[in-house]
Amino acid sequence: MRGDLKLIATLINPGARVLDLGCGEGELLDHLQRDKRVNGYGLDRDEENIRTCVRKGVNVIEQDLDQGLSNFVDASFDMVVMTDALQAVKAPRELVRDMLRIGEECIVTFPNFAHWRCRAQLALSGVMPVSKQLPHNWFDTPNIHLCTFTDFEQLCAAESINIIQRRVVNANHQEKKFINWAPNFFGTYAFYRLGKSS
Amino acid sequence: MSRSRENSVGLIDPQLYHHSQPFLLQNGDVLHGYELVFETYGTLNAEKSNAILICHALSGHHHAAGFHAADDAKPGWWDACIGPGKCIDTDQFFVLSLNNLGGCHGSTGPNSIDPMTGEIFGPSFPNVVVKDWVASQSHLADHLGIQKFAAVIGGSLGGMQAMQWSIDFPARLYSAVLIASAAKLSAQNIAFNEIARQAITTDEDYCAGNYRQFNKNPENGLMLARMVGHVTYLSEDGMKTKFDRDIKSGDFEQGANVEFQVESYLHYQGRAFTQYFDANTYLLMTRALDYFDPAREFDGDLTRALRKTKAKFLVLSFSTDWRFSPERSQEIVDALIRARKNVASAIIESEHGHDSFLLPLDRYTKVLRAFLQRSLEEFESSPKQLGIKNEGGA
Repeated sequence: MRGDLKLIATLINPGARVLDLGCGEGELLDHLQRDKRVNGYGLDRDEENIRTCVRKGVNVIEQDLDQGLSNFVDASFDMVVMTDALQAVKAPRELVRDMLRIGEECIVTFPNFAHWRCRAQLALSGVMPVSKQLPHNWFDTPNIHLCTFTDFEQLCAAESINIIQRRVVNANHQEKKFINWAPNFFGTYAFYRLGKSS
Repeated sequence: MSRSRENSVGLIDPQLYHHSQPFLLQNGDVLHGYELVFETYGTLNAEKSNAILICHALSGHHHAAGFHAADDAKPGWWDACIGPGKCIDTDQFFVLSLNNLGGCHGSTGPNSIDPMTGEIFGPSFPNVVVKDWVASQSHLADHLGIQKFAAVIGGSLGGMQAMQWSIDFPARLYSAVLIASAAKLSAQNIAFNEIARQAITTDEDYCAGNYRQFNKNPENGLMLARMVGHVTYLSEDGMKTKFDRDIKSGDFEQGANVEFQVESYLHYQGRAFTQYFDANTYLLMTRALDYFDPAREFDGDLTRALRKTKAKFLVLSFSTDWRFSPERSQEIVDALIRARKNVASAIIESEHGHDSFLLPLDRYTKVLRAFLQRSLEEFESSPKQLGIKNEGGA
């Protein structure tokens, strides 16, 4: 299983109610259903992903995250997860609000646009950064709301969202000591565990 | 039609189930025994764990796949999806399809003789509802020795039956597939049904429903009802693709006798319908559609209605279906999630409107196949699921 998903799996209690926004091939939910007997649902739009999830027995719902989550009732999940999709949705702030409305806690992961490679590409070549994590050209990228860790934390502060935990990893989803010297410079992905303001 | 005979279940003989006990209906009426005509495709395995029930829609019947005679022009109504190697794979599954009570294709219905009077029921045939159908289907399952279906599948009105199965007999189905369906009809949907009913009942030849006695058939009314139905089963884009403004006959230059292709199509479909469908059955089936609302006994709360279900659900809808729109399917999905049930859903891109559910669209058949495969594997790998002892009553 992908490193970031492993990390997430450790934070989910057995029997929890889990909603995975942009669940892909259902890797996380499949694991959680078998190992922790969670009551999990995944939202996705890609037809191949949906078929793969169905074949695995993962509860996948075809739903566009840009339509919001208004069909989900308040406090109906223990954990709402969104990995690597924040930067691709139309209204990230509203979506994060909605995630905390329906979930007790949330996990959000996204790539850091202030990683030194991105900074270097923009500074030195004067072009929009393209990397393994952000492989698209500026004109065809689905990533319309790229941000940095600092940006995201400012949003959390403005929204009074409680950052319970932050973990910053490299491109291989590994935690390294040096990253934490300057996470917004060395970190490739961040993983935020969020809760309602207390 | 040679192509359609590939991967076909082949020649099929319909069978008859005779229920000799009195059957109490939801409205309090009693049927003094009834008959259901049904067909089966594939082989029931020793554990009886591979049975699938197909529930038909408004104008459907038992003949879902294969042929009745070698020279039949057309196969059964869902032959595109049922057969060896097809998405409802008869190499793996034992598929049961029946004509519902009140139907006009061989099951007890308005054209049957009422044993109490010796005359045909006609308009006095009781108003059966979805719940009655499901109860009668469960008797047929008993008769065939099927304790638990691997899946109950239905499109449109058939999807309503699959949902009712999950509510009334939670222990008797492993999964339920609801295709282009709804938890209840919208006002607009009921309105179309009422137009169809008015067309029939105001036809002179309807004779207050006793048309058989007078050797008549309300053909114009039935034709009109079918035409309205057909328009609502297609999408505007689909009709444009299929007919656009093409002319069947006549010429604008020469005056008014122009017949558009779409008119010709509707006339043909409508007229053909009067030859194989019964007006009283049409009225009965549309009322069953209108009345369906399993949430009614739960103060309108569908989540509560679904709380005791045990099935895994697959809910499918089609992008251009406006008669049973994706929003209606989403309501079912939302209620299932609130009730913490296992459910998967997909909205299939298609320009064919409500009729899409009958077509072997690539994405649709793939996801249905994946779901059925998974259901069968899960059902068969769980000994508890197979045992009758641990079933718990409905």
